[in-house]
Amino acid sequence: MKLSNVISARFDKEGSTKLKGYREDGGYETFLKVLKEKRDPAQLIDEVKTSGLRGRGGAGFSTGMKWSFVPKDSPKPKYLCVNGDESEPGTFKDRQILEKDPHQLLEGVGLASYAIGAHTAYIYLRCEFKQGIATVQKAIRKAYEAGLFGKDIQGSGYDLDVHLTMGAGAYICGEETSLLNSIEGVRPYPRNKPPFPAVEGLFACPTIVNNVETISNIPHIIKNGADWHAKLGHAEDPGSRLWCVSGHVEKPGVYEAETGFKLQDLIDGPCGGIRGGKKLKAIIPGGSSSKVLLPDEVAQVTMDTPGIRAMGSSLGSAGIIVLDETTCMVDAVLNLMKFYAHESCGQCTPCREGTPWIVQILERIERGEGREVDLELIEDLASNIEGRTVCALADGACWPLVSIVKKFRHEFLAKIPAAARKEAVTA
Amino acid sequence: MFSADLVTELEEIRGRFPYPKAAMVPVLRRVQEEKGWLDGETQAWVAEFLSVESIEVHEVVSFYPMLYGQPVGKHVVHVCRTLSCDVCGGKELWKHLEKKLGVGRNGTTADGRFTLRAAECLASCGTAPVMLIDNERHENVGPADADKLLEATS
Ligand SMILES: Cc1cc2nc3c(=O)[nH]c(=O)nc-3n(C[C@H](O)[C@H](O)[C@H](O)COP(=O)(O)O)c2cc1C
Ligand code: SF4
Repeated sequence: MKLSNVISARFDKEGSTKLKGYREDGGYETFLKVLKEKRDPAQLIDEVKTSGLRGRGGAGFSTGMKWSFVPKDSPKPKYLCVNGDESEPGTFKDRQILEKDPHQLLEGVGLASYAIGAHTAYIYLRCEFKQGIATVQKAIRKAYEAGLFGKDIQGSGYDLDVHLTMGAGAYICGEETSLLNSIEGVRPYPRNKPPFPAVEGLFACPTIVNNVETISNIPHIIKNGADWHAKLGHAEDPGSRLWCVSGHVEKPGVYEAETGFKLQDLIDGPCGGIRGGKKLKAIIPGGSSSKVLLPDEVAQVTMDTPGIRAMGSSLGSAGIIVLDETTCMVDAVLNLMKFYAHESCGQCTPCREGTPWIVQILERIERGEGREVDLELIEDLASNIEGRTVCALADGACWPLVSIVKKFRHEFLAKIPAAARKEAVTA
Repeated sequence: MFSADLVTELEEIRGRFPYPKAAMVPVLRRVQEEKGWLDGETQAWVAEFLSVESIEVHEVVSFYPMLYGQPVGKHVVHVCRTLSCDVCGGKELWKHLEKKLGVGRNGTTADGRFTLRAAECLASCGTAPVMLIDNERHENVGPADADKLLEATS
């Protein structure tokens, strides 16, 4: 299992957060070169498109494609919003970038803003990132002092203001339209789409929302070229990603690797295998909102969009949650459903009412008071939630739920009293 | 209500946006740091500072878990309850703290020193279990570590 170091290359360097060190390593050269040569923004967007970069926030949409949706002829100001809400259970990679290499992100902000024609960028961080906020705030100040942001940057005629703003502990604010409402200072309910943010986003202006890690890839792509990026990892989903491994492994942590590796190799190699020599029971591979994989699926799956799709799951935010044989899957899914029930913003009835119902049913099963028909009831509820709501939080709740109930049905049944089994009820 | 220095800082935050209301969350977070929680008087002050109605501030405060519309203890302790922490010692940490502080979820100790709250995923799953004390993150926290951390918090 080969690890890579594109995004994480400078993480462990002394003074990795400092502007001086970043520039000594060639940092901001790409941004300044683009400004100096007055590169055509449309050509930069094409470069990102052909690089094959997909968003790292969860949905995996082509970044260059998204940028190309910004109307060129709009008289309105355009905005870039960097999504640093990072609240998807099992995900802890963006925080590493914020705390360890903030200038890499800021150079990406400069390049992305230039490409889409924005003169204001907001970096939105969850307020619990105390260290990340302090580090990024300081980096922004240093970049301004060095004339890298502000008016007429280095005489190029290009103006860019970069500001930090924050959320206050709500998972939903990571959903891009909720994030926009959060920045606007209203209740952060997700918006109906269309209009998509690229057309009508922040303050009703064209806006691009991208994840922290997505934006951090931009300096590398513009510096090394689209072809360089397109050759990293899997051809259909290229790039080098930060994978977050948590749960029952010997060495949890963030590992960078090019797409296309075998999940089993990451677990057995860098992660040191399952904790205490125990057996693997299940892996939730793409943050909590992805479908669960069984050990035989883990043994086969490759970590790239086509590979994981073939196993019926998704890469999501690359949060790999490893559960060993000691885990009770009823307990695990109940834990996650409490998360979604708590985080539902309450706007749509199926999500607001449905997620707590599921919690109640699972609690009943957990207490030994469940009925076998409850398992069908869960599936029925899920099918009435999925796809019927304003945002994907509700879908994200249903995917792990339904897949866990299906693949671990025996564990649920084991908690259901014999008298409440179907044979007993129908007899 | 606030020192000239703090008001200057808040004005800088307000200046980041095309209109004042957009400074809502960062301004509320900053004044909460100062006051502990967002009482009616503080919310009214923020409303005036951002040129909005008090109800607009209240709508936001009442939405976010990390904006406190109710009194809290001198220190707020958040323990992550989400899956990766839960299966790596989070349950035990929570039980230990409930017992040690003698309070349940959202409870405040009789001496007003600590409020105990559960947090959803804190983006530190690789170093579970995780807790925050006054928004400072602590990782790999066993019960004995928690005792030490609380003792060191005055
Ligand atoms: C409930 C929910 C929570 C989300 N949380 C985050 C998040 O914390 N960070 C993030 O970058 N994207 C998150 N997303 C995805 C965003 O909506 C959006 O797709 C992403 O920020 C786009 O950036 P990207 O194309 O660079 O991935 C979330 C989506 C949903 C539905
Ligand atoms: S699906 Fe849930 S979280 Fe999303 S908008 Fe509807 S109620 Fe809110």
